[in-house]
Amino acid sequence: MSVGYNAMELMVCCAARLLEDGRTAAVGTGVPCAAAMLAQRTHAPSLVILFEAGGIAPQLPTMPISVGDSRAFHRAVMATSMADIMETCQRGLIDYTFLGGAQIDAYGNLNSTHIGGEHARPRVRLPGSGGANDLASLCWRILVVTNHDRRRFVEKVDFLTTPGYLTGPGAREAAGLPPGSGPYRVITDLAVLGYDDDTKRMRILSLHPGVTLAQVRDATGFELGIRDPLTATDPPTAEELRLLREEVDPLRYVIGRH
Amino acid sequence: MNLLSQGEGALFGDPSSNRARQFFAGKPRALTDKVMTVREAVSRFVHDGDYFASGGFGCSRIATAVLHEIVRQGKQRLQFAGHTATHDFQILCAGNGLGRGATIAAVDISYVVGLEARGLSPHARRVMESGEVVFTEWSNFTLALRFKAAAMGVPFLPARSLLGSDTFRYSAAHAVVCPFTGEKLALIPALYPDVAVLHVHEADCHGNCRILGTTVSDLDIARAAKRVLITCERLIPNDEIRRDPSRTVVPFFCVDAVCEVPYGSYPGNMPYEYYSDEEHLHHWLAAEKDLETYRAFLERYLYGVTDFEEYWRRCGGLSRMQELRRQELLLSRHH
Repeated sequence: MSVGYNAMELMVCCAARLLEDGRTAAVGTGVPCAAAMLAQRTHAPSLVILFEAGGIAPQLPTMPISVGDSRAFHRAVMATSMADIMETCQRGLIDYTFLGGAQIDAYGNLNSTHIGGEHARPRVRLPGSGGANDLASLCWRILVVTNHDRRRFVEKVDFLTTPGYLTGPGAREAAGLPPGSGPYRVITDLAVLGYDDDTKRMRILSLHPGVTLAQVRDATGFELGIRDPLTATDPPTAEELRLLREEVDPLRYVIGRH
Repeated sequence: MNLLSQGEGALFGDPSSNRARQFFAGKPRALTDKVMTVREAVSRFVHDGDYFASGGFGCSRIATAVLHEIVRQGKQRLQFAGHTATHDFQILCAGNGLGRGATIAAVDISYVVGLEARGLSPHARRVMESGEVVFTEWSNFTLALRFKAAAMGVPFLPARSLLGSDTFRYSAAHAVVCPFTGEKLALIPALYPDVAVLHVHEADCHGNCRILGTTVSDLDIARAAKRVLITCERLIPNDEIRRDPSRTVVPFFCVDAVCEVPYGSYPGNMPYEYYSDEEHLHHWLAAEKDLETYRAFLERYLYGVTDFEEYWRRCGGLSRMQELRRQELLLSRHH
């Protein structure tokens, strides 16, 4: 039986399913936070959520608006400092992080600094790294959740704010980033994507229901590989949708955006 | 240590721990009464051209009263640590590009211009895209480490982030080989701000401070800065500090001025006290779209008021503050 859902609900479900129980995830507000909360209510009750401003293992009553607001450490086990959270990432204790950006390239490098112009005189100045560069350098697995279009999926990012696989195999290690860390999955409104083990370039793992391969390639500004066999993304289950709509995001702060 | 590469960004602030020690040698240590008004504190301790740092996290536990007062007094050419700066940076940018000189001249950026999920500030973008402000890139961790190094009294700390990115290239960090392990590291220079402000829950008249909830980088900022202004929700007696010294997170000798400012983080969130005023923050963002509208907005809320209390009274007064308190304590159906 098919159940109606929107693209944002599917993206949150895809992200939630990737988070294993008993792991740690440094999350931001919005989709990542909703995904972690959904995972806790389904297969991963022992997933530990951390917010970079200092919240450890909060029991979130509602979606925080900011990673630094009081919701982000509501009924937490600890309210600490930003350096403490980042040092925990640096010691190798944080498994997942979720990031976004205005641009992403085939190696999962992200831009959130500026679009167009030059660094000193940008056409559009964006916020900058925030914690993204640190989390992508120091957590084990980087997940990106983003809309899929040619403006975002580009051959070359205007500014490499946050490292993915940089220029390809071995580049992170050569730069000095911790071995074994790096991009893991990209979840878009069209597909779930991963990275080729040999080339470290992005490839499609599964197409969302009703989406064609041509559609994904049209929305991508670089050459995209395909995993064999290419599968279809499982749609949200009725139970996932119920939890998402009734418990995780009843005010539709995230899932109402589409 | 073998220097591999270095960022081409300007290094704002002097990372020398020896020169910082010379400054701190002359800093008063006595348990004196430092209570004063925000106007006096800003007038005495914030100077044109200073490197300025502000505590909290963008819209959470920020020292709004001091930020407003800096703009109202027309302080010029500040260097600023854009450390997860959102509404705080938005306030300071009101001093640029509107015919009153330039409050901001230089920024160390980890996060500016945006207000997280609320969107980008049109006026902060104008300021940062104008070419009149110089800036250097960092990340939240590495800018936090700049304060931490200064708080420790050392000229740098090593980190394993920034490496390989354009953020490194436009930073003032160095990349070196670790002499012990051969691993590559980024060296992050200390940052001793000339002046910093924190908003805390409770402080005594000497500047012993208590903070509830996440501390972000505030404990290091208080130790790193040469001069520190504290605004607090409530002044408490020194006896109360001494009754439970384990709750003190900033000791008095770091502090130069203490100002009692109820609702002092408004329209930001103050943990366990009041939630952020999202309506006012959206109103502010919307007003920035058009310069004439923004001038009128600032006249009403910033230049046209004598102090911070008059500002929040214009924003709905006590009944609004009580509604935000109900939201914070989850007593309200909203949030």
